[in-house]
Amino acid sequence: MMPFTYERAQSPAAAAAAAARSPSAKFIAGGTNLLDLMKLRIERPGHLIDVNGLALDRIEPTAEGGLRIGALVRNTDLAADARVRRDYAVLARALLAGASGQLRNKATTAGNLLQRTRCPYFYDTDQPCNKREPGSGCGALAGYSRQLAVVGGSEACIATHPSDMAVGMRALDAVVETVRPDGATSEIPIEGFHRLPGETPQIETALQPGELITAVTLPPPVGGTHVYRKVRDRASYAFALVSVAAVIQRDGSGAVALGGVAPKPWRRAEADAALPQGAQASAAALMQGARPTEDNAFKLKLVERTLGAVLAEARS
Amino acid sequence: MPIPDTETSSRTPAPDPVPGDVSLARLSLRVNGAVRELELDTRTTLLDALREALRLTGTKKGCDHGQCGACTVLVEGRRIYSCLTLAVMHEGESITTIEGLGTAEALHPMQAAFVKHDGYQCGYCTPGQICSAVAVLEEIEAGIPSHVSESLDAVRISDAEIRERMSGNICRCGAYANILDAINEVGGQPA
Repeated sequence: MMPFTYERAQSPAAAAAAAARSPSAKFIAGGTNLLDLMKLRIERPGHLIDVNGLALDRIEPTAEGGLRIGALVRNTDLAADARVRRDYAVLARALLAGASGQLRNKATTAGNLLQRTRCPYFYDTDQPCNKREPGSGCGALAGYSRQLAVVGGSEACIATHPSDMAVGMRALDAVVETVRPDGATSEIPIEGFHRLPGETPQIETALQPGELITAVTLPPPVGGTHVYRKVRDRASYAFALVSVAAVIQRDGSGAVALGGVAPKPWRRAEADAALPQGAQASAAALMQGARPTEDNAFKLKLVERTLGAVLAEARS
Repeated sequence: MPIPDTETSSRTPAPDPVPGDVSLARLSLRVNGAVRELELDTRTTLLDALREALRLTGTKKGCDHGQCGACTVLVEGRRIYSCLTLAVMHEGESITTIEGLGTAEALHPMQAAFVKHDGYQCGYCTPGQICSAVAVLEEIEAGIPSHVSESLDAVRISDAEIRERMSGNICRCGAYANILDAINEVGGQPA
């Protein structure tokens, strides 16, 4: 790790203001992804702002009948919360499909949204990577891309977003709440929170410099059958090749989001609308415009089959 | 935390350290019941603080990247990877390492079960396995569901539950079958 100075934040707004004052500052909460990347010198913050002492670790009902999840709620606690298990089971299942018990005990709600890709070319500092070193090129496009994105990528980057939790939240239309360095608060629907890479894959979210996530809110429960299905190379503790988060109603309508296939949790209104017609139609809508590599073209079929299994499970 | 740098920002110049400067921090940890005062480079992980500063070498460094589980300790009763957290982030907190679970004269039941069932070969992953296993049984007892729990509301101990929950601890010698037997013995499931 490169040396850094360290402070404990006193309030969310003060944390955001401190981050804005120091261009190389980063917030640290769970730290499970950031410290890994700091050891590899992929992340090199000169200043760490520890937000763990902020009282953002509660799960509370909202006035609208939904749930507000504090930014510091640990993944284990979110998955185990009785309200989440009952009303937002797709989120509990998504969380439990990710990482290991030790990581879920430490990883936070906000940090999970902000984790970086596990693209091997991002991690290997001997390789070009436009996300790590803007302008250096993309080693993955003509390289080993079995794990990487089939849709939503660009000529600059085909990295996937690694989160399971965010895929569940995307199916539930979550909203990210933030505070900015000037103290103003903001709400960012999860749909627009993660950005597609385009020509600037190093810019991954809609957050402004210094902006701090304070909570994620879920709308009132929509009922239905909640399913999260993750396909991966190992039975546990591995990232998704393809994952499907679905909330399916009795009439066959619903919402579906994908992980493992795109730079962000992937959902399309056309695919939701096609759900009553079955997996083939919905998967075709989700994968429209896909540009897979030779290595990862299998994901297109895998999306359709996994979605088919999910819809069968929801009907049973 | 992606905080994009932009040319258009009106930020004042940063008080960032000059590369090469080392930043020190004072902190206090309660380790295995005893308060320990430390002054450490801010970069020191909890794992390195335990091993290098406090000479508690029972906790092992395997991958140092949160992939192997050898560094698992209990912080405020919860298992975490001590390699992926900074010591300075745990000011005032209680840490239990393998040395705090039991001693050679008075083994923790999980330690005794690992010995009885031969739950290791080289033993390097064992402290992490044991700390993790102790927490796994508490998590099941507390009703915290896992990926393999059929119902999110009714969690019961089973081989599948233990295997899934222990997946963050790798054993290069492949002693998994015996580790499972040891945990089952302590967890009350017949081996």
